[in-house]
Amino acid sequence: MDFSFNEEQTLIQRQVAQFIQRDYEWEKRQALAKSELGFSSENWKIFADLGWLGISLSEESGGFGGSALETMIIMEEFGKGLVVEPFLETIVLCAGLIDSCGNKDQKSEILKKVISGEMHLALGFVEPQSRFNLADVITEAKKKGDGFVLNGFKSVVMNGPSANNIIISARISGKQSEEEGISLFVVDPKLEGVSLRNYPTVDGRRASEITLENVDVSSSCLLAEEGKGFKELEKAIDSATLAICAEAIGAMEVLYKTTVEYTKIRKQFGQAIGKFQVLQHRMVDMFMEYEQSKSLLYMATIKQAEKAEDSKKAISGLKYQVGKAAKFIGQQAVQLHGGMGVTDELNVGHFFKRLTTIITIFGNTDYHLKRYSQL
Amino acid sequence: MDLVFSQEDLDFQEEIRSFLTSEYPLDIKERQDNRLPFEPEDVIKWQKILAKKGWFAINWPKKNGGTDWSPTKKYILQNELAVANTPIIIPFGVSMCGPVVYTFGTDTQKRQHLPGILNSDVWWCQGYSEPGSGSDLASLQTKAKLQGDNYIVNGTKSWTTLAQHADWIFCLVRTETTNIKQEGISFLLLDMKSPGVEVKPIITIDGSHEVNTVHFDNVKVPTENLVGVEGQGWKIAKFLLRHERTGIAGIAALKRELKRLKEICANVILGEGSLLDDPSYRRKLEAAEIELKATEFTELRTLSQISSGGAPGPESSILKIKGTELQQTISELFIEMLAYYSHPFFNETELGSNEAVGPDYAGAAMPHYLNFRKVSIYGGSNEIQRNVIAKAILGL
Ligand SMILES: Cc1cc2nc3c(=O)[nH]c(=O)nc-3n(C[C@H](O)[C@H](O)[C@H](O)COP(=O)(O)OP(=O)(O)OC[C@H]3O[C@@H](n4cnc5c(N)ncnc54)[C@H](O)[C@@H]3O)c2cc1C
Repeated sequence: MDFSFNEEQTLIQRQVAQFIQRDYEWEKRQALAKSELGFSSENWKIFADLGWLGISLSEESGGFGGSALETMIIMEEFGKGLVVEPFLETIVLCAGLIDSCGNKDQKSEILKKVISGEMHLALGFVEPQSRFNLADVITEAKKKGDGFVLNGFKSVVMNGPSANNIIISARISGKQSEEEGISLFVVDPKLEGVSLRNYPTVDGRRASEITLENVDVSSSCLLAEEGKGFKELEKAIDSATLAICAEAIGAMEVLYKTTVEYTKIRKQFGQAIGKFQVLQHRMVDMFMEYEQSKSLLYMATIKQAEKAEDSKKAISGLKYQVGKAAKFIGQQAVQLHGGMGVTDELNVGHFFKRLTTIITIFGNTDYHLKRYSQL
Repeated sequence: MDLVFSQEDLDFQEEIRSFLTSEYPLDIKERQDNRLPFEPEDVIKWQKILAKKGWFAINWPKKNGGTDWSPTKKYILQNELAVANTPIIIPFGVSMCGPVVYTFGTDTQKRQHLPGILNSDVWWCQGYSEPGSGSDLASLQTKAKLQGDNYIVNGTKSWTTLAQHADWIFCLVRTETTNIKQEGISFLLLDMKSPGVEVKPIITIDGSHEVNTVHFDNVKVPTENLVGVEGQGWKIAKFLLRHERTGIAGIAALKRELKRLKEICANVILGEGSLLDDPSYRRKLEAAEIELKATEFTELRTLSQISSGGAPGPESSILKIKGTELQQTISELFIEMLAYYSHPFFNETELGSNEAVGPDYAGAAMPHYLNFRKVSIYGGSNEIQRNVIAKAILGL
């Protein structure tokens, strides 16, 4: 048994950690989150130049053939810096999906540009009524000549505003919540009939409401086999769930450590508040929640990298734990900072906010506990 | 033991309801029902309407412009106002400064300040906490030095709620440095228009401007603005802490919000049914409801203790802890109910419009959840309240 990274992985970790420390100071991050775009194109270019964008994509698609492990390493470090660049959306979620089920043309056309940093992607998989059920799809695709016509609505599409292509799940047959009959389409948002309403989200990122009204797409936009998109969608969401858990764990590490440090310095009643046993136990619990999450992260990531049979179940178990830990650590970090914890100025509140959205994204604790028990 | 209201109580309830129908301004009601951000003008207008009816300073003694109502009657009014979701009364004048002035103040002070509070013409804020003195309030460092007929005040108050609207601030200041930190503290009333007062906003994680830092740079305060005896301010601070213990848990508001949440959930489609059919979510809702019932009856027990002559003791710390925990739980359940639609957020950046994304009740939920992290921190943090219970009730 071995939980250590190999040489290459260690190198990547150091590289990302260094970038966060040197080039991603808190003030810069805040300025990016408040900017029109919501992140930095220059940073994105750096990610491309350093080879991070293609690291986990197959060699056949122009990537470096890494696995879930490399993604985990990058995302955990990103979590520590609360990175707003849409690595999760463009790379893990969408490029991963195309890498897994796209045809040759799609891979060469799209992924090449993604890896070189010229293209952003987003995935429209949520609808107003769907909550966390990926199979609950009302958006419909109808055959028309050689291509398809899309009609429907996708909500809270993360990174929607920057995406040059948006992958849309649409129903070509079957009932509203059937897994069978779901197709995936790569849709250019500039196409006629596609309209986006863009907005910021509470974690400083960007998302869109997307309306599709008689959107004509050609057959070359179909991703995966017609009507068989669900399995691929589920796989992509699982990979992204792993990645977002890694991000959460990076963020939790910063939060519990920041809190411990603060309580050593902050004095009330003539002593450091960290001396109060009730706060010590609280922080011990925060620390343990973090460690438990990290253990499940390693377990689930190894299973995923090895394509183990029970990796889905492992991921749901992980997301359940991370959701629970993220809430506890986030809320307690704020609480133990007292009034300072609720200020916009301190980074604590912003880590708390990102952890709050992560709890929901790709399914909350209730959802994953249920899925765990059903798998 | 019984749980029924008397006919008189029921009549009063009816009277309040018809009063609300005719007197609660529709524009304010609409903003309140849509959970739009707080407007100071709305609150002042509403407080004045209540005052005109004699329903504002209900906890004050009758001779000072209050009422001689029974605790039950006060409870009924507060309950009905909360059920109707009328604006929350700003406590700093009517619930804090007023009682201090009529209990400890001189006749001149009473004449000068009580009418302004009763009529909501003067906005007060509370200058207790400082950057270095939060939970350990008695360690406060803002200094007031006697110089002729004036105190010269220097120092910084922090987390001062709504100081940006305030005309006056009541402060705890140090008039003497002694070995025992609770000594040498005095209670001063300070005009915010005095030269040397500077108010700086603190933006909170929900993106709102609710709290401030207030700096005093050689601010002259006439000695007649000292309340009570110099150096005895801590006694007043403790009096204030004990005052206004009831209603602290905000039970009626919690019931209203839980009911609203349930109604919304019944319309949130989930598969064949609604979110209410989801056993894990439902369980959390019901658990909150039970906890709320328990807290309600803990409050009623405290109330009946007062009405039979007893004084509310440190038991009210239970109400503060349980009430705020419930406020936070319910705000969390709103977020969970909304799932992805809790994420759109306009408060921090100027990018978007302020329209709600998703259902119209979505927009206010996340700011509210974030804002309500404060309730377990302020008013004596929940850790401090537990310390109080441990010491004063359990004798530990
Ligand atoms: C939104 C908001 C509005 C406010 N409005 C006002 C106002 O209008 N006027 C005013 O005067 N003040 C106001 N306050 C200040 C509030 O009363 C203080 O924030 C509070 O007393 C806590 O102090 P602190 O923030 O300095 O935290 P600290 O006292 O530094 O506490 C930090 C953490 O340590 C814990 N802790 C401290 N001592 C102990 C102990 N002995 N045992 C166990 N745990 C302990 C606390 O519970 C907390 O979790 C407001 C605060 C907020 C957040």
